[in-house]
Amino acid sequence: MEKFQKLTGIAAPMPLVNIDTDMIIPKVFLKSIQRTGFGKNLFDEMRYNRDGSEVADFVLNKPQYRNAEILVAGDNFGCGSSREHAPRAIADFGIKCVVSTSFADIFFNNCFKNGILPIVLPQEQVDLLMADAEKGENARMTVDLEAQEITTSDGVVIAFDVDAFKKTCLLEGLDDIGKTLQKEASILSYEGKMAQERPWV
Amino acid sequence: MSPKTLYDKIWDAHVAHEAEDGTCLLYIDRHLVHEVTSPQAFEGLRMSGRKVHAPDKTIAVPDHNVPTTLDRAKGIENEESRIQVDALDKNAREFGVHYYPVSDVRQGIVHIVGPEQGWTLPGMTVVCGDSHTATHGAFGALAHGIGTSEVEHVLATQTLIQKKSKNMKVEITGKLNPGVTAKDITLAVIGETGTAGGTGYVIEYCGEAIRDLSMEGRMTVCNMAIEGGARAGLIAPDETTYAYVKGRPHAPKGAQWEAALNWWKTLFTDPDAKFDKVVTLRAEDIQPVVTWGTSPEDVLPITGTVPFPEDFKGGKIEAAKRAIEYMGLTPGQKLTDIEIDTVFIGSCTNGRIEDLRAVADVVKGKKIKDGMRAMIVPGSGLVRAQAEEEGLEEIFKEAGFEWRLAGCSMCLAMNPDQLSEGERCAATSNRNFEGRQGYKGRTHLVSPAMAAAAALTGKLTDIRDLI
Repeated sequence: MEKFQKLTGIAAPMPLVNIDTDMIIPKVFLKSIQRTGFGKNLFDEMRYNRDGSEVADFVLNKPQYRNAEILVAGDNFGCGSSREHAPRAIADFGIKCVVSTSFADIFFNNCFKNGILPIVLPQEQVDLLMADAEKGENARMTVDLEAQEITTSDGVVIAFDVDAFKKTCLLEGLDDIGKTLQKEASILSYEGKMAQERPWV
Repeated sequence: MSPKTLYDKIWDAHVAHEAEDGTCLLYIDRHLVHEVTSPQAFEGLRMSGRKVHAPDKTIAVPDHNVPTTLDRAKGIENEESRIQVDALDKNAREFGVHYYPVSDVRQGIVHIVGPEQGWTLPGMTVVCGDSHTATHGAFGALAHGIGTSEVEHVLATQTLIQKKSKNMKVEITGKLNPGVTAKDITLAVIGETGTAGGTGYVIEYCGEAIRDLSMEGRMTVCNMAIEGGARAGLIAPDETTYAYVKGRPHAPKGAQWEAALNWWKTLFTDPDAKFDKVVTLRAEDIQPVVTWGTSPEDVLPITGTVPFPEDFKGGKIEAAKRAIEYMGLTPGQKLTDIEIDTVFIGSCTNGRIEDLRAVADVVKGKKIKDGMRAMIVPGSGLVRAQAEEEGLEEIFKEAGFEWRLAGCSMCLAMNPDQLSEGERCAATSNRNFEGRQGYKGRTHLVSPAMAAAAALTGKLTDIRDLI
């Protein structure tokens, strides 16, 4: 997995609440058995007309946001399905950090597995970042995971929380499975115990 | 010992390893797998030379892409869908997991097959690369959706890296009125809490109205815990649960049944156990409901009217404006004046035998509205067989419904069952998102009885007017 350490980039504003996984990547694109290539279909139904042309006023089609690396979004971002195609599409597009007042649980976890940092902040701070993002390409924010701080284009510093384990995994780009298999003895011992206690499982 | 919730008890019984910071390896008893979210996970195993740790606890069934038309034995027309189903077939056989192929009468929606075959049992941990895994919580199992990276993690290690969620209690006191169902309960709760209201929590549903539900109804309630934002929904097992489980192909038998039962009977929330959040609804206050917008929280009693965006606060004002426009509605319009052209009955929310019986009760001896496209898609091949044995098929066909084979179908429209632009559907499924049932399609979520009523009248209809 790609590491996430520190990022300075353009932030795109998407104030709509309840942006769901069907909006992020419609199911027609879930039929791929590949791991990559979802970025071009990110927000497909909002981003393109039926004839494949771009919807001019969709935020990521605007010249100033085409290279956005941060998304500032409305409440409950990523609600809906468990499809990991959603964070994969976001990462594939080039967005590495999403900020909102809340995220759906499965989406939130899936972000970390794909090198994306989801940041939860109170409404006032999201509002402040949203206003900063509205300024377009001249307003670059910095997200520093190690320090757990966002710095706006005006130099305002906002601290954020992140789970320590998830932080380490992102900073180091660690593969979870390898880490878990180091604890295989615990898993086997649990299984041995359960074979006695709950043999019907 | 301090009092524990049901969630606490199941969690504690599955911690295989706990790190100092509270990060746990949670052991997974059942891993359900479908074709959409698993191919990259199996590919990952192959690339790293890993095996499935516990193939005996892994159950695969194709459901999202499978055609539901009677001629499906001829194969899947759409190439990408076919490749995905073929990939599951290959992976299931190569890695030696339990498998119900499309041709098997037991095939169906993974969340209907699991309980039906007795794979899902009280006190278990159950995961699947699918958000509606919450369904299995009806058995008092801790069940939730995971992403594909986590699918690979469970395949390789039979565990998940987890931190514990908070405890939330949703109590439904008293008795439901006639015409009000499990679907109305679960939608009414989401209407109350919002789609982010459960974020960070595991919900335990309790109270007299929940106890009174059948297992089918309980599965409907837990199924939509995810639409309320919760990690999982739970209902403590009781005699209703044991009666449903007993005798199922993979349920324990003989002395093991007795041992299991003894443990299951300890699975309840202790008196005085602490919940971080409590929501209480009176069953008597719940009416048959319908969604008007594009989020499952856009819930109103069928007697209501389309809201005005200004009725909302904050970011929801813009969202409501957008939803009303997308849905082609007018604020102030009576919900019962909304005309429907499609009815979809099925899905992991409402594709079980009891749901089909409810539909049959409403449509028996009647005809659906002229021009209505109405489809019934049983949740599994066995649900279909049972419905046929009970004579429901005849009732549906005489009324004018299409009687399909099992699959996810128009709930998420990955197969050919889709809405066209502007079509409006009364659906028993779980999501009314933009484009969910087809590009620019419009979805109103309702109970099976309400969907049946809409099929007859051609409008969203208060089922209480027909009983």
